[in-house]
Amino acid sequence: MAERERLLTPPLGGVFVARAQVMTAEDVSRATTRIAHEVAERNHGLDDLVLVGLQTGGVPLARRVADALDTANAQSVPVGSLDVAFYRDDIGLRPVLPEAVTNIPWDLTGLTVVLVDDVFFTGRTVRAALNALADHGRARAVQLAVMVDRGHRELPIRPDFVGKNLPTRRDEMVDVSESGVMLGDVVVK
Amino acid sequence: MTSLLAIEDLGADGIREVLRLADSFVEVSERAIPRVPALRGRTVATVFFEDSTRTRLSFETAAKRLSADTMTFSVSTSSVNKGESLRDTVETVAAMGIDAMIVRHRSAGVPWQVSRWIDASIINAGDGWHEHPTQALLDCYTVRQALGLDDPFPGLRVAIVGDIKHSRVARSNVAAFSALGARVTLVAPPTLLPPSLEGWPVEVSYDLDAVLAETDVVYLLRIQAERMNEALFPTLREYSALYGMTRERAGRLCASALIMHPGPMNRGVEIAAEVTALPNSLITRQVTNGVAVRMAVLFRLLGAPEASEALVAHA
Repeated sequence: MAERERLLTPPLGGVFVARAQVMTAEDVSRATTRIAHEVAERNHGLDDLVLVGLQTGGVPLARRVADALDTANAQSVPVGSLDVAFYRDDIGLRPVLPEAVTNIPWDLTGLTVVLVDDVFFTGRTVRAALNALADHGRARAVQLAVMVDRGHRELPIRPDFVGKNLPTRRDEMVDVSESGVMLGDVVVK
Repeated sequence: MTSLLAIEDLGADGIREVLRLADSFVEVSERAIPRVPALRGRTVATVFFEDSTRTRLSFETAAKRLSADTMTFSVSTSSVNKGESLRDTVETVAAMGIDAMIVRHRSAGVPWQVSRWIDASIINAGDGWHEHPTQALLDCYTVRQALGLDDPFPGLRVAIVGDIKHSRVARSNVAAFSALGARVTLVAPPTLLPPSLEGWPVEVSYDLDAVLAETDVVYLLRIQAERMNEALFPTLREYSALYGMTRERAGRLCASALIMHPGPMNRGVEIAAEVTALPNSLITRQVTNGVAVRMAVLFRLLGAPEASEALVAHA
């Protein structure tokens, strides 16, 4: 998510130019299935579990994890979405606009929430997400699933489920999509 | 954009951006705890030199739901009554340390003048007969929400009925709806139209009954007795008979037509009491949406970085 915002942010605003493919579509798919199994294992089943995808990259991923959970356990898990724009700590420092409307139509009190995002970077988006979640009730536990952990943490936050650990340079960019994970650069238009 | 003085400041893209942003704030407003920390530490002052119920409450609620601090100035309890000038008054409020000032005044152009005196973002909450931009934004939002489309405006037929001449709401709505591509028709007796409509992107009709069947949105304006120094129409009853939204007229609208009014209403004059309760009347929805739309405006003004600072920070 931090990636996409940087895309929009002047003067970094530019286009993503891919340099290397680090995960194929099949890799992402296998990682999604593994994450789903780990989620079920860690929580001893899927009772009182909800997935919350972070807008926008985490939302399709959360749905895929939910599908994988359904396939493996024959039990459907609710999927919500969360936009953290209003909880960010960089409002006023750079343009921050919500990308989509939050959709968490349940009281989270007593539930286990698995936050899902595509790329885990500084940790600031997840920090904002934790604050945002608190406004929807007191979750019993919050866990974090990410497809790519690219390092460069700025806060003491760690993921519970990781698709791939990917060492990166700070100025690089990671793009997760249907067709896999690409590593590249933002080039000024 | 650092201030919102008129719809023109936003342009069509800016209006669309505010409407999209408002979707997020509608969601926030529907939560059990309708508050986000987006503008924590910011201070918003409402400085109203003219009476208001909904606009002021709406702005203050919007600011509070964004976790901003609010400061309230009303002329009736202020040193304006001791003869303090407009400039001294707003500079005093600004000197307390504010990030935004929401200004309403009976004279056109006051928010613009104030924006030259102080550094805070200025939001025009109504200046004389000139503009009331946040009202137009919430009206556009309400239409968009009621029609359930992302962009229902191209070709939408909007009739604005009544006291156009004295209405800042009409001016802002003409600007906003037409910028979005709607076709606006003004419906009023000649005495309640401005002396010149040159340059207004509107059609004009003196006959409400003639336009009823061909209208998607009927926007009724309040008869502003407080701004009328002369007899512009014979009696309220005659106005109501010719231009009021009666039960019977509401029945002649297309089934999907929407009825709107900015409030406060003169029930039985421009709108019949029973019409306000019809399912296609959006009047209370306008008020509800006003909070979310004003949150969007405040967030857009105060949440954005100073352009130059942002460049330095990211260079």
